[in-house]
Amino acid sequence: MNTDTQKHEDAMSTTTPARAPHDDAPSGQQPGQGRVGAGLFEPKQLVKSLPDAFRKLDPRVMAKSPVMFVVLVGSVLTTAFSVTEPGDWFGWTISAWLWLTVLFANLAEAVAEGRGKAQADTLRRAKTDTVARRADGTTVPGTGLTVGDLVVCEAGDVIPGDGDVVEGVASVDESAITGESAPVIRESGGDRSAVTGGTKVLSDRIVVRITTKPGETFIDRMINLVEGAARQKTPNEIALNILLASLTVVFLLACATLPPFADYAGTHLDMIVLVALLVCLIPTTIGALLSAIGIAGMDRLVQRNVLAMSGRAVEAAGDVSTLLLDKTGTITLGNRQAAEFVPVRGVTEAELADAAQLSSLADETPEGRSIVVLAKEKYGLRERHQGELVGAEWIGFTAQTRMSGVDADGRKVRKGAAGSVVAWVRERGGSGTEDADTAVERISAAGGTPLLVAVEDERGARVLGVVHLKDVVKQGMRERFDELRRMGIRTVMITGDNPLTAKAIADEAGVDDYLAEATPEDKMALIKREQAGGKLVAMTGDGTNDAPALAQADVGVAMNTGTSAAKEAGNMVDLDSNPTKLIEIVEIGKQLLITRGALTTFSIANDVAKYFAIIPALFAAVYPGLDKLNIMGLSSPDSAILSAVVFNALIILVLVPLALKGVRYRPTSADRMLRRNLGVYGLGGLVAPFIGIKLIDLIVSLIPGIG
Amino acid sequence: MSPVLAGVLQLLALTAALALAHVPLGNYLARVYSSPKHLRIEKWIYKSIGADPDTEMRWPAYLRGVLAFSLAGVLFLYLLQRLQGVLPGSLGFASIDPDQAFNTAASFVANTNWQSYYGEQAMGHVVQTAGLAVQNFVSAAVGIAVAVALVRGFARSRTGELGNFWADLVRGVVRVLVPIAAVGAVILVACGVIQNFSGIHEVGQFMGGTQEWNGGAVASQEVIKELGTNGGGYFNANSAHPFENPTPFTNLFEIFLILLIPVALTRTFGIMTGSVRQGYAILGTMAAIWAGFVALMMWTEFAHHGPALQAAGGAMEGKELRFGIGGSSLFAVTTTLTSTGAVDSFHSSYTGLGGGITMLGMMLGEIAPGGVGSGLYGMLVMAVVAVFIAGLMVGRTPEYLGKKIGTREIKFAACYILITPALVLVFTAAAMALPTPGDSMTNSGAHGFSEILYAYTSASNNNGSAFAGLNADTQWFNSTLGLAMLLGRFVPMVFVLALAGSLARQQPVPATAGTLRTEKPLFAGLLAGAVLIITGLTYFPALALGPLAEGLAA
Repeated sequence: MNTDTQKHEDAMSTTTPARAPHDDAPSGQQPGQGRVGAGLFEPKQLVKSLPDAFRKLDPRVMAKSPVMFVVLVGSVLTTAFSVTEPGDWFGWTISAWLWLTVLFANLAEAVAEGRGKAQADTLRRAKTDTVARRADGTTVPGTGLTVGDLVVCEAGDVIPGDGDVVEGVASVDESAITGESAPVIRESGGDRSAVTGGTKVLSDRIVVRITTKPGETFIDRMINLVEGAARQKTPNEIALNILLASLTVVFLLACATLPPFADYAGTHLDMIVLVALLVCLIPTTIGALLSAIGIAGMDRLVQRNVLAMSGRAVEAAGDVSTLLLDKTGTITLGNRQAAEFVPVRGVTEAELADAAQLSSLADETPEGRSIVVLAKEKYGLRERHQGELVGAEWIGFTAQTRMSGVDADGRKVRKGAAGSVVAWVRERGGSGTEDADTAVERISAAGGTPLLVAVEDERGARVLGVVHLKDVVKQGMRERFDELRRMGIRTVMITGDNPLTAKAIADEAGVDDYLAEATPEDKMALIKREQAGGKLVAMTGDGTNDAPALAQADVGVAMNTGTSAAKEAGNMVDLDSNPTKLIEIVEIGKQLLITRGALTTFSIANDVAKYFAIIPALFAAVYPGLDKLNIMGLSSPDSAILSAVVFNALIILVLVPLALKGVRYRPTSADRMLRRNLGVYGLGGLVAPFIGIKLIDLIVSLIPGIG
Repeated sequence: MSPVLAGVLQLLALTAALALAHVPLGNYLARVYSSPKHLRIEKWIYKSIGADPDTEMRWPAYLRGVLAFSLAGVLFLYLLQRLQGVLPGSLGFASIDPDQAFNTAASFVANTNWQSYYGEQAMGHVVQTAGLAVQNFVSAAVGIAVAVALVRGFARSRTGELGNFWADLVRGVVRVLVPIAAVGAVILVACGVIQNFSGIHEVGQFMGGTQEWNGGAVASQEVIKELGTNGGGYFNANSAHPFENPTPFTNLFEIFLILLIPVALTRTFGIMTGSVRQGYAILGTMAAIWAGFVALMMWTEFAHHGPALQAAGGAMEGKELRFGIGGSSLFAVTTTLTSTGAVDSFHSSYTGLGGGITMLGMMLGEIAPGGVGSGLYGMLVMAVVAVFIAGLMVGRTPEYLGKKIGTREIKFAACYILITPALVLVFTAAAMALPTPGDSMTNSGAHGFSEILYAYTSASNNNGSAFAGLNADTQWFNSTLGLAMLLGRFVPMVFVLALAGSLARQQPVPATAGTLRTEKPLFAGLLAGAVLIITGLTYFPALALGPLAEGLAA
């Protein structure tokens, strides 16, 4: 993948509020991997999946893919025919390659499934037998819980089932599900109350009300999903299967009606040749890879720590034309940053900056750090270390005081929330100033957060000025939205800010529209309005009040940190709780459809060359003129037919990595995408088999007795 | 002027005339099928058949109308022929045998106009005028009605209603076919086509002996034969007969009449769906295939080797001197790429490859530009298939004109494209496998096979032209070809109307930059490619054993 998409990626990874501060960039991705298109493929997997591929030869399994089922029947027929004429090496060779064709198809599916299986095994390990302690003191095995049970979990316990915390707060290790080792906080009430069975309490004690029956828990569903057990064909996959089945019938007719024509022409076509022709013509390439493409598409989401509850949702993601994005955490950095120092009359900006920096040194919050950074950038104030000021008493920021500062050299400096700082000044006999009040109002009105800076020294306690904290749009967002626009996707920013602020940020970020002072009802109304116009809407959400909108949206991605109501309502869950991932989900959905279309086109275009190989081989003996169609100059009729069959089988194997990885996808307009894919897979599909069959023929003709 | 230049000039004149004429006619057709008003004569007709022209029909009701009307047509035509011997005004011809009467009834109702009889030696004025000529009008109007229903399916949303079959049928006849035919007939008469009710004349020949000449209402039948893409000639020689097609101008005019409505309907489609450019894309695809076929045909016919042919300036066997290779090639390609089947030259006498081109033209499903109505709906179904495959390549669930191509839509489209190949291949294989049908062949070898392949291709695709040489007036051929014509006409209509119903129920998806642009040349090219590859591949083995074996032998 190209490096500039990677750059966006880095710029956009974000911390989630529920995580500990040091827990940066929760991404399961390896550096160097592209946004879409990941999925490693190793030849070793082919060998490992071979037993599964054989197991899938069961006709009941094969019947699910009409195209490959026909090949299976064909293989059986040619083998039976060869048994009656054991000396016919040609029949045996063709039969062998037909079996290989079926096997390669099964292998593609088995490899795709194999990757999910590994993940499922990891999950199963988390699902060890647990003993649940009910709140009333009794103990039951985890499997014996019923919905509504209250269970107590203490440090070291594995939570026995999905539920909501009803009492207490605890840090929980969810790595079994998310693969993320940093613990998360779960507490009763609010949007962080959901706990998942199989995760481990690290500290404190919580009481959990069980909300899911054993066997239907999140982890169970995850296992089913990644294993593909719950996999159902998606609407588009079914439609494609119908088209492929009808093409198969057409070619079946073309081949089945050929013997009387040939007999009239004065040549006899035996079963082997007819089956070989049929298998070459029916769309085996796409038929063999279709289910692997679907499984791999789901798998690509899983690799990004997104669980899609249905394949339908993944397809819908490709069709999305409106994205609802929450401002905070998605478009802007989750934390506000200092943007400006506004001193009161009689104070210079530099003085204010100095005081603000001094008072923020002990403030480890991102806001505090941003003040130090701004002071340095704007006024060249070197960052002082706490040790430099001898005898200083540092006062860190706490949620209770909502202030930080330092007492040194008889000077007390404070910085913090307006109310707290004003109270601090008043306590010390000082008073606020009108200047400061005006600035605070102005900043608030513009959607920013004002922080007051005050000092108490020999001149008494007084306010020095205001620090303006504002939302900062993430780097690369504008480019990302431009890309989305080219893809035909409209972005709408959802924010609780007032319209003025919302507009300012919307303009800065380059979104197409915004919804200010948004309530859950507004959000719902917006989704319904878009859908009434025939558009598909995607959104993310985590709170219980997001649940109705998540359920209404065509693609609703719930954050794993969110409530169980939200997770239940959405059709995808992002284990990383990274709202920006919605954009990637859309791209994965598109890539899935593109891969299907590209391989279908390739598969059909391939037929042209196969005709040019097989038809002259069959009939040039009776109608010598038809040898003019042998434009590849294949060495003999047998070799021509064999080469076409071998090419047909090998191309499946060659395309397995592409099916698993997905066709390269770059966000661009439909026109350019179509032109490119038609060129590569349409024209490529026409030309490639001419070259491939010729090469195979060159090798085959070296075998004595054929050439 | 060299014959090649003459051919090219005719091609250019034809293209220019169509470019000019299709715009007003397409606009007019859109108005005809959208207007809420009824003419007085139409009201009389509705009253007499007891139809309410203002009720909207869902697709099953619409289909019932099509099938009931057509079944009545088959029965009426069958009885008329069986009773010819006792009807007045029959020039003394006897009643037609049951198998041939069935074949002819099926043929004219299915807009095929395959003729296993010799027009001037079997059918009298009553059957020709009250039976065959009437079907020439109404079978064409049925085709247009079904196409309009499909267009409404694309244009409408959140309704299952496709319009009213009876209103569409009657308007097609009264407001479109009859007026144009009237004007066209006058032009033909002015150019020398006969129009009378005189009997049979015995005329002396230069070389001694006598010849029988029929009179008849030829011009009126000739014009609708072309305009309604019917193709059933008054005379057995069809448009090669000087009474049907006397001059190079009438030849070109008849080609123009064949193409007029199918071409104009693409504009009607564009207007009714709200985007003229979408109509142009469909027209562009049709025109590209048609022009390509004409070019190939002229190339293979002009370039033919052999001293006799070289002296004649090309493969003149079976072609009329007054039309030449250019005019004949143009006519042959046009008649086989539409469901017309009228001929001004003998396709059997074309070069091997030339004969193959006429067959391939029909095998594509006659969609470039195709029969009246059937060409448009056939191409739109192919567009649905092309959109489905190509649409995936832009990363969205495929959409055409804002309608999603989902499981239901693709199911109907897939069934549609199955029907004709199944009919052509199965019937041809049966004819080849059974002992007796082969006796009807005049030629042996690849050319003999082509005769039978051509017959079933022509019947199943409702073309009606014949690869002269096959004696098709046998029980086997009359029955199987009759069946092929009926199944090839009405089974696809079932799927077209079902598709229309399914599309009409949908809510349209607004187009965005991420939508496949189906009005662009890229899509038109893709559609042409899909048509050629998907349908071409189906018949490649059969074609290889017939025309290709013959054409490549030289």
